[in-house]
Amino acid sequence: MIAETGLAALWLAAAMALLQLVGGLTLIRGEGRLTPVIKPAALIQGALCVVSFASLMWLFYTTDLSVLLVASNSHIDKPLIFKLAGTWGNHEGSMLLWVSVLSLSGAAIALLEKRIDTRTLQATLAVQAFVALGFFAFLLFSSNPFERLFPAPVEGAGLNPLLQDIGLAFHPPTLYIGYVGLSVAFSFAVAAMLTRQVGPAFARAMRPWVLGAWIFLTVGITAGSYWAYYELGWGGWWFWDPVENASLMPWLAATALLHSVSVLATRNALRAWTIMLALVAFAMSMAGTFLVRSGILTSVHAFAVDPERGSFILALMLMYTSLAFLVFATRIGTVKQGEPFQIISREGGIVANNIFLSVILAIVLIGTLYPLAAEAMGDKISVGPPYFNKATVPIALLLMIALLLGPLLRWRRDELKRYKYWLVAFFAVSLWTGVAIWRFVPGVGIFPILGLALSLALAIAAWVPLKGRNLLRTPLPVFGMVIAHFGLAVSVFGMAAESGFSRETLTALAPGETTKVADWQVKLDDVRPVVGDNWVATEGQLVARNKHKNFVLRPQSRQFYRPEQQTSEAALLTRWNGQLYAVIAQPDENGDGRWQVRLWWKPFVTFIWFGGLLVAFGGAIALLGRMFRRPKKPAVNKWAQA
Amino acid sequence: MRRLVYLACALLMIAQPRLSLAQGSGPTPELANRQLADPAKEKAASQVMHALRCIQCQGQSIADSDAPMAATMRAEVRQQIADGKKPDAIRQWMIERYGEWVSFEPDMKGSGLLLWAAPLLLLLLALFMARGLFRRKS
Repeated sequence: MIAETGLAALWLAAAMALLQLVGGLTLIRGEGRLTPVIKPAALIQGALCVVSFASLMWLFYTTDLSVLLVASNSHIDKPLIFKLAGTWGNHEGSMLLWVSVLSLSGAAIALLEKRIDTRTLQATLAVQAFVALGFFAFLLFSSNPFERLFPAPVEGAGLNPLLQDIGLAFHPPTLYIGYVGLSVAFSFAVAAMLTRQVGPAFARAMRPWVLGAWIFLTVGITAGSYWAYYELGWGGWWFWDPVENASLMPWLAATALLHSVSVLATRNALRAWTIMLALVAFAMSMAGTFLVRSGILTSVHAFAVDPERGSFILALMLMYTSLAFLVFATRIGTVKQGEPFQIISREGGIVANNIFLSVILAIVLIGTLYPLAAEAMGDKISVGPPYFNKATVPIALLLMIALLLGPLLRWRRDELKRYKYWLVAFFAVSLWTGVAIWRFVPGVGIFPILGLALSLALAIAAWVPLKGRNLLRTPLPVFGMVIAHFGLAVSVFGMAAESGFSRETLTALAPGETTKVADWQVKLDDVRPVVGDNWVATEGQLVARNKHKNFVLRPQSRQFYRPEQQTSEAALLTRWNGQLYAVIAQPDENGDGRWQVRLWWKPFVTFIWFGGLLVAFGGAIALLGRMFRRPKKPAVNKWAQA
Repeated sequence: MRRLVYLACALLMIAQPRLSLAQGSGPTPELANRQLADPAKEKAASQVMHALRCIQCQGQSIADSDAPMAATMRAEVRQQIADGKKPDAIRQWMIERYGEWVSFEPDMKGSGLLLWAAPLLLLLLALFMARGLFRRKS
């Protein structure tokens, strides 16, 4: 019964989306007879999607095995939190989540957006409904999450053990909210082109939505990276894997959009370019969903893949993107590029940001799709971390250099010589750091050295925009910007320190034996079996010793049943200046009672994710400022008027 | 039928040592999960391992994989580095055996050339496109 309710709600929601779209079409034809229906339809559509998604969650909560999706992805023995997380830990459920978030953001626009004119708002909702319709069709015709299974099995198949992790319970929803949030920017952009309202007012209305989506993407990527780091058991935090790239590309586009939209809002410049970025950002979101869901690219993260469904999403993506660009091509002639500015200006700095981010985005896109193109030509090649690092890091470093000065510059025109002392200071800090590392720590690569040098300079430069301001009267978005830029410096510092200074020890230890990694003495005390809810494990007890202090680490090698799979649960010891990462693997081949132990000392590795969270936190501060802006004092004195 | 399978297995087991003899001494399997004593050599080996794809897994390098195949390949890389072979020669050796697919770093020739030229070309293209935005100084 619950399953049928969920399915019915989904159909009704699709009907609402259709109604919304029809209402929007009458708007375009100029008569606008059905436009009053758009707003209520958007709200009802959102509510129906909540009902549908809640039904599916209930089915997973009660482990209703007569539903195919539950039977093939859950198990009666699973801990409750993973039963619930199982709702979106599979293809159908995650697509339902996708559509629900899409509908909810539509409802949120209908409810909250008061800054743009009614026609543009209605057009936005119609475009949003048009996008939703495609994905409703996808769910209802090829990925029905509520399909029944007869006869019902006694127990379910279980969830991939790698996914049975608290981080992963929240990682996909976060990323999806970000992905789908960009659909709002997309709908706004298309609507503004249709109603010819591309200007500062439209940019100010769109900005909080972009900011919100971007915050979720930032948190999602940061969390995903940390998850891969501790769950996959090899100490890496970014693999340039297709699925990671799929989440990075929308983030890069959204970051560029976030910056260019503020130029449009403040200075009425970069109009066409901002619209372009809004379209690209959502196209990248759909491409990401397609890459993840189609299984067209092999990946460490590709858990639920199906080529047939992939082609459905590909068709949707091509349709929406090409329609959007068609509107762009026909309407962009009417959109002027906007106010002019000089190279050395705030706008110029943001153009530099946009150029570098777009180039990185293009490199990631090309590198991700290159193997596909080559395979079509009959070549089977791989493009992996060595390429991506060499191709993107230099441009990311250029971006950091631009970021040292960009936020200090004035709008429209400025002079470099006003900043000569700052420039000298930044240069001195970078040079001093770089030379010191190069001189005293042998064998560190050029990228880590430059990364450390520039991140230290940026850690200072990020705060300079606050200089000379009255902090009590500084707008929140300025604080947000400063914090986010500082967070980037922190994150890059972590990345560079980790890749330049990590120490690794791979060895085999018998209980009682000791090994060494960096400054740590690590002793294998004991190995014993442990039993969990749905797994058994061998657990090593390691004692790490550093200057008279002892710490215990307990890495496990887990054997899950249903489905059967072996995983390494790393043990992490976090200190302020880094992490000790320990893994225990199989018994050694020789059979002499030793255990394979892998140890890493990763200096400042946690800065990577702290930095990422700081970036998101800065975004949140800016968002608060944008949402609850203090009303400007009226220019004319009220009393004088009266 | 089953007998045939046994026979084939037995033949393979006999043939195995000869095969490895023909290749020269194979790597010690321990090297899959043990570092080389010389840090410089281990570093070189690690770089090679991070640039080789584990062909049994999904998108992991052999340095980051628990698959048996990856372990064998790690042992092979460390052994060859220990024998004084150059990293690039090892990469070529792997490519000859497993195809271009095994290398995460496409060669800078043929179709790979475009890939490596892409960053510079894109940067130039972007600068070219952006030049219209700026106002000349009067």
